[in-house]
Amino acid sequence: MKISNLHRFVQIAVTASVVSGVASIANAQDNDSLVLNGEIEMVTRTAAPAYIDGLDEVISGWHFRSDETQALQMDDFDNSGMLGVDAGQEAWDTVQGPEQKSCASCHGDVSSMEGVRTVMPKYNEEAADLWTLEDYINNCRTERQNVEAWGYTSGPMTNMAALIAVQSRGMPMNVAIDGPAAPFWEQGREMYYTRTGVLELSCASCHEQSAGLHIRADHLSQGQINGFPAYRLKNAKLNGIHARFKGCVRDTKAETYKPGGPEFHALELYVASRGNGLSVEGPSVRN
Amino acid sequence: MASGVKPRVKVPKTAAAGEVITIKTLISHKMESGQRKDSDGNIIPQSIINTFTCDFNGQNVINVELHGAISTNPYFQFEATVPESGEFTFTWQDDDGSTYTDSKSIAVS
Repeated sequence: MKISNLHRFVQIAVTASVVSGVASIANAQDNDSLVLNGEIEMVTRTAAPAYIDGLDEVISGWHFRSDETQALQMDDFDNSGMLGVDAGQEAWDTVQGPEQKSCASCHGDVSSMEGVRTVMPKYNEEAADLWTLEDYINNCRTERQNVEAWGYTSGPMTNMAALIAVQSRGMPMNVAIDGPAAPFWEQGREMYYTRTGVLELSCASCHEQSAGLHIRADHLSQGQINGFPAYRLKNAKLNGIHARFKGCVRDTKAETYKPGGPEFHALELYVASRGNGLSVEGPSVRN
Repeated sequence: MASGVKPRVKVPKTAAAGEVITIKTLISHKMESGQRKDSDGNIIPQSIINTFTCDFNGQNVINVELHGAISTNPYFQFEATVPESGEFTFTWQDDDGSTYTDSKSIAVS
């Protein structure tokens, strides 16, 4: 253990010094490898899916962060996002409501959720709509437990999403974009490339054309969402996907769409599809 | 007791006599600073962890006083020399009078 740790630090030190020579010219992403707890190897760089024209390689946001921030995600004890996972586990086991049911009453151990995060969002035949992980969680709450739905970006909701994401850590993202999901994907792509706001920025302006460059004192990533929910050091809590979208749209000085609304659903599918092949990292640690 | 408080501690299970080990602790706590206002404009009173201590077999290892402006979920990492097998005990004192504790045994060969 000791030797492998040392080896890892040496490796980081070496790559860091190589990268720092180049960093001032263009890109910030490094070549470190992400291994969680010395066990789970993550795919953080892979060939871009064929339907993405603007990228050759898709890169996890982890690569754009400093070594210190990266290290926080490599050990579950140091990853404060795991506090949210613990809280989610408690909620999972809590019997409540008139039906006297917990999540576990129907689903058993939470490990039964393995793989769920990799295919979200997906088309729900019964509802004839595109559903995110949050929609499925709230549906269970209102239809099966008969309790009030959680706020779409609320703490309990994001904690539960993190708990479910953890079950799929290391598995590749694999959302379906064909069949009934296709119109949503088209809508999402349209949104991704449409400039909005006073600053007239599209998602692509920053995350496709400028990934790796500075945005004020920070580095732009490709905007991949395989690491969500993400523990952000700036607000010391887990952040959901739509909350992040809202922040991005706001930063273009536009009126934002509503988290949980149809626009962000479509955008989530498209952005998730841009990261197909990257490992599920949630909960990741970011700036 | 503040809600959602849960201490977590990481200590190696075994060590050699006299070895310096690294201990990590993390407690989920809101650390309400006393500077913020609620939606009605009233100040939310300060509610933080004010003291953290770690003892080994009754002997104090570290004693920390915490004040305002410390972030939510305080994390401490420190080193200790272990002369013999025994138990680390960890104590966090809350402003509201609650005490949170955890303990971890270590075997020295």
